[in-house]
Amino acid sequence: MVPMSYFVGLSAVLFAIGVAGVLLRRNIIVIFMSIEIMLNAVNLAFVALGRRLGSMDGQVMVFFVMTVAAAEAAVGLAIIIAVFRNRETVNADQLNLMRW
Amino acid sequence: MLNSLAAQAIFYVIAALTVGFAALVAFSRNIVYSAFALVGALMGVAGVYILLAADFVAMVQVLLYVGGIVVLTIFAVMLTQGIGDLAVSNRAVGPGAGLAVVALAGAVMLYATLRTPWHLATAVAVASTTYGIGNAFLGVYVLPFEIASLVLLAALVGAVTISRQDTPPPADGAAEKGRS
Repeated sequence: MVPMSYFVGLSAVLFAIGVAGVLLRRNIIVIFMSIEIMLNAVNLAFVALGRRLGSMDGQVMVFFVMTVAAAEAAVGLAIIIAVFRNRETVNADQLNLMRW
Repeated sequence: MLNSLAAQAIFYVIAALTVGFAALVAFSRNIVYSAFALVGALMGVAGVYILLAADFVAMVQVLLYVGGIVVLTIFAVMLTQGIGDLAVSNRAVGPGAGLAVVALAGAVMLYATLRTPWHLATAVAVASTTYGIGNAFLGVYVLPFEIASLVLLAALVGAVTISRQDTPPPADGAAEKGRS
């Protein structure tokens, strides 16, 4: 058996990579993909800990996270495309229309 | 059941592939490479699910993420052309501060993970998880399950509303009444 800490450690590394992508990159599509990486890291922790507890709840939570991720993908990418169509940029530093 | 050494070797290979692809997603200069590396990262996570004996979750991961979300992302990449020319560094924070935050957060999470005395799981026989998941969704979790379908419907309508092209108004006087 692979020790449980390996799975949770892999989840932590993936989450850190996602945080790095969100903090360091300015392309909004890369930020979006990094958020997907973070959601996957959390799902991985849910499944691993649910298996450790011998419970099905962890896997059920994964489906709710996936639902929110799918909704986020649809609406987020629609917003990105609408913004790009109006502003001709996807650089987050230049999307300052609502800044006062 | 796999023996311990083989399972660990498989885990290391899948974990290395997953972390490598995820790093490529986050740090690649070319956004098209990022989008396709996302496929590898998500498939790697699906492989870890299989290693955790979560067969149904792994299948849904491939169907939903690789088949749906990645395709949507690649569509967005292709529809927003000329995005490879932009500066990639965050001028508001700077790469130094960002890396410091990432290193701190990652170190804390890894420390907590490795220091926690995880109890070893009892060896569970590999059985299909579909039965248990279906029972949970139609039993304890039936209300969140229904609310999730409403969330998906709202997201669908919202995405179509946001991303559609505005149709030009018709020429006659009743133009304003037809448009919301």
